[in-house]
Amino acid sequence: MTPIVSFWPLAAILVSLLGALPIILSDRQPNLRESWTILIALVKLTIVASLLPWILEGGSYVFTIAQVIPGVPIELRVDALGMIFALVASCLWLFTSIYSIGYMRALDEHAQTRYFASFAVAISATLGIAFAGNLLTLYLFYEVLSLSTYPLVTHKQNAEARSSGRKYLTYILGTSIGLALPAMLITYSLAGTLDFTTGGILAGKASPEILALLVVLFLFGFAKAGLMPFHGWLPAAMVAPTPVSSFLHGVAVVKAGVFAIFRVIFHILGPETLQSADLGSLITYIASVTILVASLIALTQDSMKRRLAYSTIGQLAYMVLGAGMLSALGMLGGIMHLAMHAFGKITLFFCAGAIYVASKKKNISQMDGLGRRMPITYMAFFLGSLSIIGMPPLGGFISKWNLLLGAVEGDQLVLIIVLLVSSLLNAAYFFPIVYRGFFMPATDGEKEGIKEAPLFCLIPLSVTALVSLSLFFFPDTLLRLARMALGF
Amino acid sequence: MNATNLHLFVLVVPLLSALAINLLGRRSRQWIAPMVLGSLAFSVFGSIIVMARVIEHGTLRYTVGNWQPPYGIELVVDPLSALMMVLISVVALLASFSSLKSVEQELPGREHFFFTLYMILIAGLFGLVLTGDAFNLYVLLEITSITTYGLIAMGKGRAALSSFNYIIMGSIAACFYLLGIGYIYILTGTLNMADIARILPTLDAPVATATAIAFVLVGLWIKMAFFPLHSWLPNAYSQAPTGAGTLIAPLMTKVTVYLMVRVIFTMYTPALVFTHEWIAQGVVWAAAFAIICGSVLALGQKDLRRMLTYIIVAEVGYMVGGIFLANANGLTGSILHIVNDALMTLCLFLVVAAIIYRQGSVSLVSLQGIFRRMPITMAAFTLGAFAMIGVPPTCGFFSKWYLILGGIDGGHWEFVIALVISSLINAVLFFRIIELAYFGSLQEGEHHEHSVTERHEAPWWMLSPLVLTAVILIVVGLSTGPLVNNVIRLMIPVGF
Repeated sequence: MTPIVSFWPLAAILVSLLGALPIILSDRQPNLRESWTILIALVKLTIVASLLPWILEGGSYVFTIAQVIPGVPIELRVDALGMIFALVASCLWLFTSIYSIGYMRALDEHAQTRYFASFAVAISATLGIAFAGNLLTLYLFYEVLSLSTYPLVTHKQNAEARSSGRKYLTYILGTSIGLALPAMLITYSLAGTLDFTTGGILAGKASPEILALLVVLFLFGFAKAGLMPFHGWLPAAMVAPTPVSSFLHGVAVVKAGVFAIFRVIFHILGPETLQSADLGSLITYIASVTILVASLIALTQDSMKRRLAYSTIGQLAYMVLGAGMLSALGMLGGIMHLAMHAFGKITLFFCAGAIYVASKKKNISQMDGLGRRMPITYMAFFLGSLSIIGMPPLGGFISKWNLLLGAVEGDQLVLIIVLLVSSLLNAAYFFPIVYRGFFMPATDGEKEGIKEAPLFCLIPLSVTALVSLSLFFFPDTLLRLARMALGF
Repeated sequence: MNATNLHLFVLVVPLLSALAINLLGRRSRQWIAPMVLGSLAFSVFGSIIVMARVIEHGTLRYTVGNWQPPYGIELVVDPLSALMMVLISVVALLASFSSLKSVEQELPGREHFFFTLYMILIAGLFGLVLTGDAFNLYVLLEITSITTYGLIAMGKGRAALSSFNYIIMGSIAACFYLLGIGYIYILTGTLNMADIARILPTLDAPVATATAIAFVLVGLWIKMAFFPLHSWLPNAYSQAPTGAGTLIAPLMTKVTVYLMVRVIFTMYTPALVFTHEWIAQGVVWAAAFAIICGSVLALGQKDLRRMLTYIIVAEVGYMVGGIFLANANGLTGSILHIVNDALMTLCLFLVVAAIIYRQGSVSLVSLQGIFRRMPITMAAFTLGAFAMIGVPPTCGFFSKWYLILGGIDGGHWEFVIALVISSLINAVLFFRIIELAYFGSLQEGEHHEHSVTERHEAPWWMLSPLVLTAVILIVVGLSTGPLVNNVIRLMIPVGF
């Protein structure tokens, strides 16, 4: 079907970009400022959702913003793959906004206006990445996302925040300029275009050696995906306020990296081209190492957020692993995991934040008995962790099941082992938290005073946990989009 | 006014206003601002009209005093010179707002001297991009140089010494250029560029032709501070009065790069210059070296303005390298970078001027926590920094794109790597400052001289051109496509 030229994809991006202005202008009226944030989030979600029906019918939307380089305009194109990411991101942004209000006010954080404004810019960039019609446009929004999240990561403005911010920029900006940009230029000079095309644009245009080089440059160049050894920024970025960690470092930023890698594998390099050059195993091995090592490190972390961060690194590598299998079910599982993990992980981060707001505790070893005082939070945490581990009846099961089937289909015994071992490790680093919460006796002297976090925190985390649950029963829309994204 | 010769008036109006400023400004300072801004605004409108006309009708030629070429001096406006006219006039107008304010503070009572030289310099720059005569080019080059010497020498402290240093280097450069032109005159018997280009390929004197262009190029390289001939630039640019820096830093080196394009592509033919492959290769290597060295030297600076001057040295490497890649993408990148770099440098020097106006220093220490004091200035600085790093959609990204692409096309991986490394170093350079400005002094209780935290933004005279320039950085970036297609492509010889 011919694409429809439409302004709406751009509108979805601009809503929050321009929305940063009223947020800044209502600096002194926090209630008004937060109303803006919620309003913008609602409008954005509505616009994205309104684009869905036509995409489900197999159509697409395009909009050219500017002609910059021959064959590579700055262009938006909404297709099934982008739709998945956009839906997940704009949906979770709404929850995060509500959660932010509860969290930031409960802790009486400084510079809240800057916080909400930067957040608005970051979500714009995220939607830009989702809707980018070619690699240049994706790169553009990818960089905007990196830069707009810097003030969020360094929000505390103390020495720790400064060194984390440094690490963040060094990894993210360093790899995108040093690796992804050259890779993109080499691709352009070989193919003469950077449009996302089903089956890729490099078929028959690059030797296996060049392809291998491009694979490596792209995989590590989009370091937001956190593939080892370029993962160090993610645990460091946990110094940010928890809503930032949950949305950006559980969903938008990290998934932007994975999404970029998806785009490159599916629509630039092309699965078949990679298959014929036998490069799938290169991708899956890089991902496997990250999965196992990250899960092992997660076991050793006592800080809740750092454990979640290493868990994220491992789970992101699952998605890359799925894409690298280059088999239908594997790639499907990878795409599904992008959505499923988002709902699961944001729940876990929300819970971590709620625990911090309620009790000021950051370390797992101090959280004994908390579950009995915060039962809703801990139930949500339990559901979220089940989803990440990949147990039914939660959404994560569907994606991990597909990944496993993909590995079986490809007859890749090593990958099957990696997936199973990693699931066990996931369980090993999540269940103790739940167990401690519900069954260990609380430390003496602090039995009083700790109760559930404010409703602004509690409602979002309950909703995302329930969504995780319902995605197991109603995954059809996502599955359909994922199949369309892969062209079958 | 005969509107067909509008391009001449774009040059003449600032020149005449220079005289008027000297005469009237002596009596009352109030005359200066309207005359400077008025004549430059005229130049902006004039050059935009000329540009539209050139794009529509093709190259304009004007013979001064109706002496026919090759004997008379010919002014030629092709798309590239029209583009340069627009660039010069826009940059000069924006810079002059800020200069008026900072000169008032730094050189009270000497404004009329300053702006006389300032306007002559601008007129000279217009002349450089307009002239079609090789010797006339020399004269104009000297006019711009001498005015620059004067402007720099008006600075404080060791500025006079730096200016003297610059005079020596500049004069050596002029000698080289003049010798080269002398050879060309002996060879061809003409000084008109188009004429030279017609005659040279018919001659069978490869050594003499090559020697001549070598002299001309070395002369220009000194003038544009192509590493390792750059030693005069950092001192001269960082010790000049702030108001002079905002004009000279964005324009001088860039116009000289333009002259190099002109000399290679209009006076010579690319075939004559790039015949010996190893020479072109050598220059690209030198450019890669210049980029790395300029960037690394910038890392060692403890003052924002000095850091920027070393970045200029690195950026000159970008442009020279792009031209000597000898392919279409490289040349496109270089010409695009002339425009982009002028605008980025303008943006950053306007920031420097604004900060100096408020707190007298741009040493890195004094920038601690400045985000709180001057948020708008620093927002513009951040945009300028992004452009320098090459973050899309700011303009800096797109010229870098073409340059890297040219490097890949030509197989010059050393140039590609140098560009990528330089981008990374720029990221370090600018984020170091953004970090300082954002975090301030982290030790509680430690009171710096500038640790006042109340908001104290620069005056609107300095702020509005700055904000406008920052916006232009994005607008120009997004209009890269039309800019390349309508102007720069026309400059690329067929089959190049």
